[in-house]
Amino acid sequence: MTEANVAATADERVKQQSSLQKALIRPELGGICGTIIVFALFLIFAGDSGMFSAQGVMNWSTVSAQFMIIAVGACLLMIAGEFDLSVGSMIGFSGMMIAIFTVTLEWPVWQAILATFVMALAIGALNGYIVVRTGLPSFIVTLAFLFILRGFTIYLPQIIERKTIIGGVDRAAEGDWFAALFGGKILTGFFAWMGDAGIIDVFERGSRAGQPVVEGIPMLIVWAIALVIVGHIILTRTQFGNWIFAAGGDAQAARYVGVPVNRVKILMFMFTAFCATVFAACQVMEFGSAGADRGLLKEFEAIIAVVIGGALLTGGYGSVIGAALGALIFGVVQQGLFFAGVESSLFRVFLGVILLFAVILNTYIRRIITGER
Amino acid sequence: MTSTHAPIIQMQGIEKHFGSVIALAGVSVDIYPGECHCLLGDNGAGKSTFIKTMSGVHKPTKGEILFERRPMHFADPRDAISAGIATVYQDLAMIPLMSVSRNFFMGNEPIRRLGPLKLFDHDYANRVTMEEMRKMGINLRGPDQAVGTLSGGERQTVAIARAVHFGAKVLILDEPTSALGVRQTANVLATIDKVRKQGIAVVFITHNVRHALAVGDRFTVLNRGQTLGTAQRGQITPDELQDMMAGGQELVALEDSLGGTV
Repeated sequence: MTEANVAATADERVKQQSSLQKALIRPELGGICGTIIVFALFLIFAGDSGMFSAQGVMNWSTVSAQFMIIAVGACLLMIAGEFDLSVGSMIGFSGMMIAIFTVTLEWPVWQAILATFVMALAIGALNGYIVVRTGLPSFIVTLAFLFILRGFTIYLPQIIERKTIIGGVDRAAEGDWFAALFGGKILTGFFAWMGDAGIIDVFERGSRAGQPVVEGIPMLIVWAIALVIVGHIILTRTQFGNWIFAAGGDAQAARYVGVPVNRVKILMFMFTAFCATVFAACQVMEFGSAGADRGLLKEFEAIIAVVIGGALLTGGYGSVIGAALGALIFGVVQQGLFFAGVESSLFRVFLGVILLFAVILNTYIRRIITGER
Repeated sequence: MTSTHAPIIQMQGIEKHFGSVIALAGVSVDIYPGECHCLLGDNGAGKSTFIKTMSGVHKPTKGEILFERRPMHFADPRDAISAGIATVYQDLAMIPLMSVSRNFFMGNEPIRRLGPLKLFDHDYANRVTMEEMRKMGINLRGPDQAVGTLSGGERQTVAIARAVHFGAKVLILDEPTSALGVRQTANVLATIDKVRKQGIAVVFITHNVRHALAVGDRFTVLNRGQTLGTAQRGQITPDELQDMMAGGQELVALEDSLGGTV
């Protein structure tokens, strides 16, 4: 009730924003800029290295799709105001459980995958339940699960099979339609036709002579695209999406108007676990084996992709499309450095640098949105 | 003026204990439709506990809540909201990062069906938000403007408009003016007046006697978990209210040394 306050109300936000500024104020801005820059750079420096041939495109698309699958889960969870550091361990654990169920217990693959999904969802729900019940930071709770799940992932195969990699899943999965949902390829006929028509290259020698270099679109990419589309629609076009924003923006304010914040958060933890298990299932079906070290550091890569995509670490703001672009940047750079003949350890340097820039840009955007000074 | 109607809420002998602390020691208040009922009290008097009991956040340890003459047992705030009791909290009314229209419909999202899908009807939400804001005298740049860009008074106004739009019969305002400047306060008080005239019961919590007297029809003072009675407008002077809030004796001594500036 001072003079200063009166003055502040007198010049209330009547300032008009330019339409350019308005267009820039969206969570995906960082992701869009980054994607353009990254593609431009690699077109210039690695354009003739085969990176943009059919095989090359399939190569970095697959890697990007891996990042995308876990980024969608991490993105929605982060917008709901929580983290999950156990994503990487969950990938390892889920993969290992699929392998143990199929190889050791000799269950049909579809049953093994379904059982693993149920387990993963239960662990995700437990994560979420502990977080909302105790009010502890999700950072600590999921850090605990990072170690717990990784520990079991190493311990279980050692006591059961006396090794840390369980193979033979691919033999068991042959002819299982449910396994094909994760390890199969679609549009193989189309790619064969493109090979015959000379649109894409075909193998010239060896046992696969005459077959196209790219057989089809792996289910991994189909899952990634489907999850991005579903995640984006849920977040921006549904009631539940509004609840996700509200839960992360201010949980107490959301509770007061009747948003079931705890349910939203627990469901998001479960969704993150679901995404990690999709990743694990695709990986196990592709390699035919599960290893105790699978998924290491994936939680951080997911979080970085989400942050590059414009989400705020504090929750309440972000975009699934942005996170998907963040994942695309990741995949393109990781594989692009290889095509360009650059030492691959520089990828980590790049990660750190781009993370820093993304966070600074996000902070700036938030200030404009909320009118903070 | 309003005592001819039936009360919409009757709080009867409400007690609330937190462990060994007695926050409310038997408070009875009747709220009538169309009145602005001011709940005054110093910090720690039990105002917040009392309204949280009314809005379903706390369950009373003892006592009864009659809503439209029927006993009510709210399990959580959602129950109270669906019964028509809306609460606007001082700094928790709105989420700054979300747009005005998303905030406005938070928890009550309009649904548009598209085949098997149930989608958030953004067109409807945006249209209604702009209309309601215009009625309350707030000119938005657009419905997608973030709440963070609004002033404190405007945020309170949006929250009040939201509660009214969703059919609140009782509107509880928890210190809506305590963090605001002079002009913003005037805007909020004017909004309270508009809402009261629509026949909605307003429960206005404040520790500022002048704000209370500006809009209040009746005044209830809480002190140390007990009510010191309810007074009609015109039956009580600002000084008497101030005295009751502070518990009488202590303030007399203080006021002498401060020269009557409190």
